[in-house]
Amino acid sequence: MTATGVNEKPGNHQNPAASRVVLTARDLRRDFGGFTAVNNVNLDVYHAKVHALIGPNGAGKTTVFNLLTKFLQPTSGKITLLDHDITNMAPARVARMGLVRSFQISAVFPHLTVLENIRIALQRPGNLAVQFWLPLGRLDVLNDRAMELLTSVGLENEYDSQAADLSYGRKRVLEIATTLALDPKVLLLDEPMAGMGGEDVGMVAELIREVAKTRAVLMVEHNLKVVADLCDHITVLQRGEILAEGDYATVSNDERVKVAYMGTDHD
Amino acid sequence: MTEITMTPETRQSAHRIQLALLSVLIIGLVIAPFVLYPVFLMKVLCFALFASAFNLLLGFTGLLSFGHAAFFGGAAYFTAHAVKEWGFPPEAGILLGVVGAAFMGLIIGFFAIRRQGIYFAMITLALSQMFFFFCLQSEFTKGEDGLQGVPRGHLLGFIDLSQPLNMYFFVLAVFAIGVFMVWRIVHSPFGMILRSIRENENRAISLGYSVNLYKLAAFVMSAALAGLAGGLKALVFQFATLTDVAWQMSGEVILMTLLGGIGTIFGPIFGAAFVVTVQNYLSTTGFPVTVLTGLIFIVCVLVFRRGIVGEFNASRLAAKLGLRSRN
Repeated sequence: MTATGVNEKPGNHQNPAASRVVLTARDLRRDFGGFTAVNNVNLDVYHAKVHALIGPNGAGKTTVFNLLTKFLQPTSGKITLLDHDITNMAPARVARMGLVRSFQISAVFPHLTVLENIRIALQRPGNLAVQFWLPLGRLDVLNDRAMELLTSVGLENEYDSQAADLSYGRKRVLEIATTLALDPKVLLLDEPMAGMGGEDVGMVAELIREVAKTRAVLMVEHNLKVVADLCDHITVLQRGEILAEGDYATVSNDERVKVAYMGTDHD
Repeated sequence: MTEITMTPETRQSAHRIQLALLSVLIIGLVIAPFVLYPVFLMKVLCFALFASAFNLLLGFTGLLSFGHAAFFGGAAYFTAHAVKEWGFPPEAGILLGVVGAAFMGLIIGFFAIRRQGIYFAMITLALSQMFFFFCLQSEFTKGEDGLQGVPRGHLLGFIDLSQPLNMYFFVLAVFAIGVFMVWRIVHSPFGMILRSIRENENRAISLGYSVNLYKLAAFVMSAALAGLAGGLKALVFQFATLTDVAWQMSGEVILMTLLGGIGTIFGPIFGAAFVVTVQNYLSTTGFPVTVLTGLIFIVCVLVFRRGIVGEFNASRLAAKLGLRSRN
């Protein structure tokens, strides 16, 4: 299965450029009144790698996501995307630079069709978003590319259904396909597997693996099996601070992590 | 709700039925002034256009403005003043009203779009109330008296609008153009983005859309079209008064839109026709109109939230006719 049709060179994940850092956070901190939700967080997200952010509920994972995508403004710290300082940028601008996120609750446009959902993402790069005087038929030029994306994720037969009528897992797939339509450099997925049945998890995991060959992925995930299978690098958060970092073996053998997150004996 | 799959043939026949219904409506509006009182019909058309403009914001962008009276009534003052005091021809007077309303929309919208939901509604209400008190105090509106005896003038210099039928067809033409503009905006690439913002604003941001600019643009367009309706009304009734800028007017347009069907093209038109008709009948009986409109509002919210046209569109009959709206 090919997830995208975009610049996929075989063996790209092995080439030296693949190990470059695309997104960094330095000393990230966010206060809500007197409460410090995120403190002293440093992250390096690499091209063509899957990076997981895990931690118990309330650890600040979603807040970190909101800070990185600028939906929240950090109290202090610095964020860079592809060597540009984005610390004070508007969220839509950050998205246009190639840092695109998903949301914990599935983010589709429920009362639009599947095809229209994808086309929304294609409209802006296609320069067809502000024309209030043109008929809708003008958007048909985007249909080929939209169907290509839908076919790559196996949603081509549902193109005319309302997004609201899709199953939960398929909504997630549609959401990822919509995100891919922007050809992002960095993909931030907030609990992509949450609330999914077994086969859907496999389908989405496969899709993420495919996607990560050509771009960086940072994901929040609770399903540790998925994390173990999929992720190259793991950051564990606890009470807004980084508790441990490394690959799955390192992190899962860390005593502090066992105690704080997985219970004393997680097997 | 199961979606009815449409083959190209059924889609085409549905299209034909829709065109037929539209033709019946147009023919009805052309014949109407020979059967009914033209001023009443013109009032309906003005409010129908006003409600359609409002619906562009509420139904298709998801923004509830509680200050649209400022644009409607403001434009009525601008047009009336330009025609009466400066001797503008009617078309230029209306144009001035539209530009004035659009400018006010830019200012009020600029502040209001910074907040969402109830706060958005409150800011629009507050700013439109400021405009109301400005109109109450200022010289050019003549305060409580309003601007009276506004001449209708000659359209393009040769069509005498003081003739009721001439005026009626002028109003009908402007109404048709206005509703067409709403329809065009909704069914355009820009309209798709507005719908995406209504559906899921954060997702639209995360796809790179600067949603505040889109919202502001929609707000200004809605204000301008509301101004078109207001300017037209000033010429129909030949006066502009405080009633048109009062907050009750903002409430009335919400009622019309809600009653007819939010997010449908024809809903606000039917809603406005219904409300204006009820008001006209009750005005001679002495029964307090506000009591009845309040009751209608409650029934509408409790029993048929989709409104008259919305409920019809959701019915089996509409599905057969291919009218089901997919918004």
